[in-house]
Amino acid sequence: MSNFWSGWIILLTVAQLVATLWILLGNRKKPAEEIKTTGHKYDGLEELDTPLPTWWVYMFVSTIVWSVGYLALYPGMGSYQGLLGWTSTGQYEARVAKAEDQYRAMRDRYLALPVEEIAFEPKVRKMGRRLFGNNCAQCHGSDAYGAHGFPNLADNDWLYGGSPEAIKATLIHGRQAAMPAWQAILGDAGIDEATQYVLSLNAREADPAKAAKGAGHFQAYCAACHGTDGKGNQLMGAPNLTNGIWLYGGTADQIAHTLRNGRNGKMPAFNETLTEDKIHILTAWVYGLSRSSTVTATAANL
Amino acid sequence: MNSQHDDVIAVDSAVPAEVSELDKKSRREKIYTRAIEGRFQRLRLYTGWPLLLGYFLLPWLMWDGREAILFDLPARKFHILSLTLWPQDLILLAFILIIAAFTLFTVTALWGRLWCGYTCPQTVWTAIFMYIEQRFEGSRNQRIKLDQEPMSWRKLRKKTLKHCGWGLVAAFTGLTFVSYFVPARQLLPDLLTFSADLGAASFVLLFSAATYLNAGYLREKVCTDMCPYARFQSVMFDKNTLVVTYDTDRGEPRGSRKRFASKESHQGDCIDCELCVQVCPTGIDIRDGLQYECIGCALCIDACDSVMEKMGSPKGLVGYASENALAGQKTTGIPPKILGYIAALLVMLALFTSSLFNRSLVDISVSRDRGQLYLPAAGGLIDNVFEIRVTNRSDEVATYRIEAVGITGASILGEESITVLGGELFELGVRLRADPSNLPFPGTPVLFRAVSIHHEAIYAEAESRFIRPAL
Repeated sequence: MSNFWSGWIILLTVAQLVATLWILLGNRKKPAEEIKTTGHKYDGLEELDTPLPTWWVYMFVSTIVWSVGYLALYPGMGSYQGLLGWTSTGQYEARVAKAEDQYRAMRDRYLALPVEEIAFEPKVRKMGRRLFGNNCAQCHGSDAYGAHGFPNLADNDWLYGGSPEAIKATLIHGRQAAMPAWQAILGDAGIDEATQYVLSLNAREADPAKAAKGAGHFQAYCAACHGTDGKGNQLMGAPNLTNGIWLYGGTADQIAHTLRNGRNGKMPAFNETLTEDKIHILTAWVYGLSRSSTVTATAANL
Repeated sequence: MNSQHDDVIAVDSAVPAEVSELDKKSRREKIYTRAIEGRFQRLRLYTGWPLLLGYFLLPWLMWDGREAILFDLPARKFHILSLTLWPQDLILLAFILIIAAFTLFTVTALWGRLWCGYTCPQTVWTAIFMYIEQRFEGSRNQRIKLDQEPMSWRKLRKKTLKHCGWGLVAAFTGLTFVSYFVPARQLLPDLLTFSADLGAASFVLLFSAATYLNAGYLREKVCTDMCPYARFQSVMFDKNTLVVTYDTDRGEPRGSRKRFASKESHQGDCIDCELCVQVCPTGIDIRDGLQYECIGCALCIDACDSVMEKMGSPKGLVGYASENALAGQKTTGIPPKILGYIAALLVMLALFTSSLFNRSLVDISVSRDRGQLYLPAAGGLIDNVFEIRVTNRSDEVATYRIEAVGITGASILGEESITVLGGELFELGVRLRADPSNLPFPGTPVLFRAVSIHHEAIYAEAESRFIRPAL
């Protein structure tokens, strides 16, 4: 706030207080013996001109005294911050900190227990669902079944492993996938052949001649990460290419696109967003998703 | 009498058109009421005690492991016996208030200010405080004398005792009031150990102080200067309304005479003892006619009856009577105004009962996931993801089946039934899969339904849209 506007607000506030006080005291009448009327008369009812009751005047004055104290303590006079240093942000943060303290104790009890033990606790499922809704559902969907480029967390197929430790590591540090682009190396024909081989790995309709050539490309370039059998490697986050679950779509075109241009999936790290106890509960919730009896693995997105 | 307004008591015949006595008091004069006993005061005791006991004891009553009546503001739940009301049930509160208003109108039109005289907390608490005052400071005359005396140990002791008594009643009143919002079993020990929540403690203090000031000092000022009902009750009155009245024909001309002395022929029954004025909590003279300050407490009736008994005259010089009855006219039928009040009351009662019993015990709300409009699934199918919130508004655990209606062949992936604890909200992500050929519009309406699997009649619905790509 510029000095001018600050001064303007101070001027308005003070002028208003002074004017109020003046109107109140300047018009004050002593209680008269004789009751005066304003001379207005309607249907035999007369309007009296009695002075304000004393208690009312005192109450009015006390609000003005109060306002002086208030304006000294709280920010009200332009850019003056007030003696208490109160801010709405400060109040918000204090309340959040208070709520954190309140719930922290509850979550800390779960932090002391292993993930497997608490994964099916109703309270943990409820808290986990809330944490998931606020932090994860934007990409993985409210139902955690994922979306194009974002893995399904409920199907027990894991890119980086589904043990409590692996899930927690994913949450804390995030993941950066790196599928290189092969267009420059394989060329159009090579991409087509490799695509046909990947289709054949899933027992889907493929050109046998192209697939056979593609097998060669696969062993030369892909097997290092995806394994010689194409079943993937959770240490590197290389997906299993044989189970019909496709992160970026499983049509021949989509597979060819992935081969040609590569993929760079990114899971953000949450160690700075969420506290340890929250990550623990979220881990337990995700862990429970694919193991809960009521959740059945569903057909993947193609 | 003004013949133009036959159905209304012409007030100008009772109260002079010029400024009335009470309005002229620029400074309020303290009213010293005289205690009196009589049949109406006994009646007030019999109506007052059950209400008071109810007020003070209800917060301690338990129901199914919780307070029977608890207005849980932080949780936004009102518990009344087995009933739990949610913010969505606010309409019921409106109905209750309308029912209360029409009951008040009906009662007022028929029997005058019964509410003010017998049940209004202002009257009841003022009566309690006056009783305490009288216990410690003595009768009316003793109190007037005491107030005029200079301060002495005797006066200080009496005044201190009175204020202690008032303070005690006020503190319990405030505590009880807050107990309807904070469990009494938790509030009382917390207050006694100085560990109560600051907000709750402040409210106890606020309501105690307000009780103390209202019943100790403001008293009739609340009725004469603050209460809106006192000001508008006269519109409900008609000539058949029972009001506290002085029988002018019988009483006038007033004049003092000795006990059992046979009165002279020109004298009326009123002996001008002013007892009726001395007992009046609002400080009026009932012999001046109907006044809006009269709260209908019947103290003057009991006072006058006791005097009439001593004088050997028949009771009822001051009594409950309608204007018509006093004039010796018969009441003919029920006036349409009262029939209207009763009709409105019955309609509201019916509305209230039906809304109370038909209110849904489950709530559902649906919002589409914002991440993706739609997701392609295997076999050319389309997925949409929704977030569903189901609230179980009953007190018991319930299992609900989630259904999606409106799209042929659409199926829910994953969980189709959820178990929700009583009074809890359950959030659930739901993925709906549909064949694009069954989706006539880019955004096809779909109805989500949560049906209780034990009682099919308990269900809730919410609409959303299923979005598909352009075909």
